[in-house]
Amino acid sequence: MGLLRYESQARPPLVDGTKDYHQVTEDICRPVEAKPSKLWWVGFLISVALLIFGIISVTMEVIYGTGQWNLGKTIGWGWDITNFVWWVGIGHAGTLISAILLLFRQGWRTGVNRAAEAMTIFAVMCAGQFPIWHMGRVWDAFFVLPYPNTRGPLWVNFNSPLLWDVFAISTYFTVSLLFWYSGLLPDLATLRDRAKEKWRKYFYGVAAFGWTGSTKHWQRHEALSLVLAGLSTPLVLSVHTIVSFDFATSVVPGWHTTIFPPYFVAGAIFSGFAMVQTLLLITRKVLGLEDYITVEHIEVMNKVIVLTGSIVGIAYLTELFMAWYSHVDYEWFAFKENRLSLSSPYGWSYWLMMGCNVLSPQIFWFRKMRRNLLLTFFMSILVNIGMWFERFVIIVTSVYRDYLPSSWSTYYTPTIWEVGFYMGTFGLFFTCYFLFSKFFPVIAIAEIKHILKKNGESYKEHMTEEEGETTEAFGEKHGGEHH
Amino acid sequence: MSVKKFVVGNFYDEAVLFPAVKKVRRAGYKIHDVYTPFPIHGLDKVMGLRDTSLHTAGFIYGITGTTTAVSFITWALTIDWQINFGGKPFFSLPAWIPITFELTVLFAAVGMVLTFCWLCQLAPFVKKDHFNPRSTDDTFVMALECTDKTNEAEVIAFLNSVGAKDVSVEHRETGWWLGRYDQDTVKYGKKTEAAA
Repeated sequence: MGLLRYESQARPPLVDGTKDYHQVTEDICRPVEAKPSKLWWVGFLISVALLIFGIISVTMEVIYGTGQWNLGKTIGWGWDITNFVWWVGIGHAGTLISAILLLFRQGWRTGVNRAAEAMTIFAVMCAGQFPIWHMGRVWDAFFVLPYPNTRGPLWVNFNSPLLWDVFAISTYFTVSLLFWYSGLLPDLATLRDRAKEKWRKYFYGVAAFGWTGSTKHWQRHEALSLVLAGLSTPLVLSVHTIVSFDFATSVVPGWHTTIFPPYFVAGAIFSGFAMVQTLLLITRKVLGLEDYITVEHIEVMNKVIVLTGSIVGIAYLTELFMAWYSHVDYEWFAFKENRLSLSSPYGWSYWLMMGCNVLSPQIFWFRKMRRNLLLTFFMSILVNIGMWFERFVIIVTSVYRDYLPSSWSTYYTPTIWEVGFYMGTFGLFFTCYFLFSKFFPVIAIAEIKHILKKNGESYKEHMTEEEGETTEAFGEKHGGEHH
Repeated sequence: MSVKKFVVGNFYDEAVLFPAVKKVRRAGYKIHDVYTPFPIHGLDKVMGLRDTSLHTAGFIYGITGTTTAVSFITWALTIDWQINFGGKPFFSLPAWIPITFELTVLFAAVGMVLTFCWLCQLAPFVKKDHFNPRSTDDTFVMALECTDKTNEAEVIAFLNSVGAKDVSVEHRETGWWLGRYDQDTVKYGKKTEAAA
């Protein structure tokens, strides 16, 4: 055990600077305890304005019906379901970082997991809006739940992917929230015990649930985190698999594909990591947390982006090849005429998707590019645009030309209320994120302390001599930790 | 629970804390608890705490979810109201796997978190004593419970000898009570005892 606590000198530190435990607490609590900056207020107010725009747009849709949107024959799913899939996908990176990387014992996750998990929760909240308001008669939304009713009782269709989605998304939201909040408890207790103002003592006192840091509680907390991570890992894979079933189990050309589940999961992680980059590059700068969210963290995430982006690229080419190889006329028509052909109405969106998702991330094969923060920021936006267009291409280019040419759509463009709804979810997302970054520690304080002596810069310096020692001499010095 | 007397020692390095815990236990003192700002792997073993059964509870909650989903869907679609979906069998188990899986995860996660809160007695508006507020920052706090026979001076001297700093004698509540952290409240009905 003793030996395992020390890491090779070859690995760069995950926490920069000479810090002790108290310094870590100070650094991460400072932004929470200080008055919000002007920049924070500007960002927050813009978000609230967008949120209000969204509320107005949704109100219009509720009062006048889905006719306020440009949906129709044959485009029943337009921007709304595109946005739904996009937001759900973004959430996936948070769970990947918090759960899958925990199981793989990746130390670097500690710097970014708290913010990424928060992102997951807010993204799923935004995603959930779309199918709900898309129902039109939103007051009947509870019909999707299997509850004893006076219509028989007539149960929901448990064989339908749309119902699987109801269960998947609500479970995903609940489990993510529990995982995030149980991890927050010790850090909220830290804020509570440091609090000087009365309202802070009250607020964090209530929020920390009376956490004390007892050894027995930590033991249970560790067990809980590990099992929740073990549960979240297949959960996150199942969620986007089920979202892809919404398409894959139908008989629409371009959707009826068996590679959809892995392809959607890879795409989800891809876009999610891009959003994590966007958020963290701003967060570390504005809150002064460069020592904790280091260039190492950014570089590692860029590696994930180039990996998942390439998987997505292979998936695009595979479905294209299969469309041709299958000799199914409808399938090949959807790809050749509706997507590949630049002279078709939506051909441009297919190539925009290809450019943003497959070509542009290849720049991250170069270490210098991976460590370039400005480029990373630009790329993260580009990838998210690309991934939005992926869902747009899948949905719109497959349905705007039906089997019957007589019912082919005219060119579909969203109305101001469809755009407003989408903008509104940005408002919701960023309003939540701004509040989170103001009132909660954006980095897991306890987890950083846990890895500090293994991965901190000031401790790493001493490791060369530790590595040169014999096991006996090492055990002598650190005897206390053998058990 | 009640207010008791403790000898409390502070440690600032876990490398000192580990041998100290061993020595204290070897000397026969009973450790009430050690409060740490972050989880220290192996400390529970050194303190002689048994493993948690939370995993087992999680497993039981999980299979409860599985059974609930399978039995409910089976009942709803094959007994209560049979619906013919494209000529497929009423008992179409493969199509139920997604919901069964989701409910397994949901039951396990919710059940475990509630059990965790119950076992650790954590909830909003719960208040507890934890000796030193720095124990959620950078201090490892060891509390030894005193009985009528305890020679406090001896315990203090021993704790000092194993590396504890700022050793003191404290009167603290051992359980929890409903209270707010912005007010100095003690457990109901124990006010006189706390003042003593």
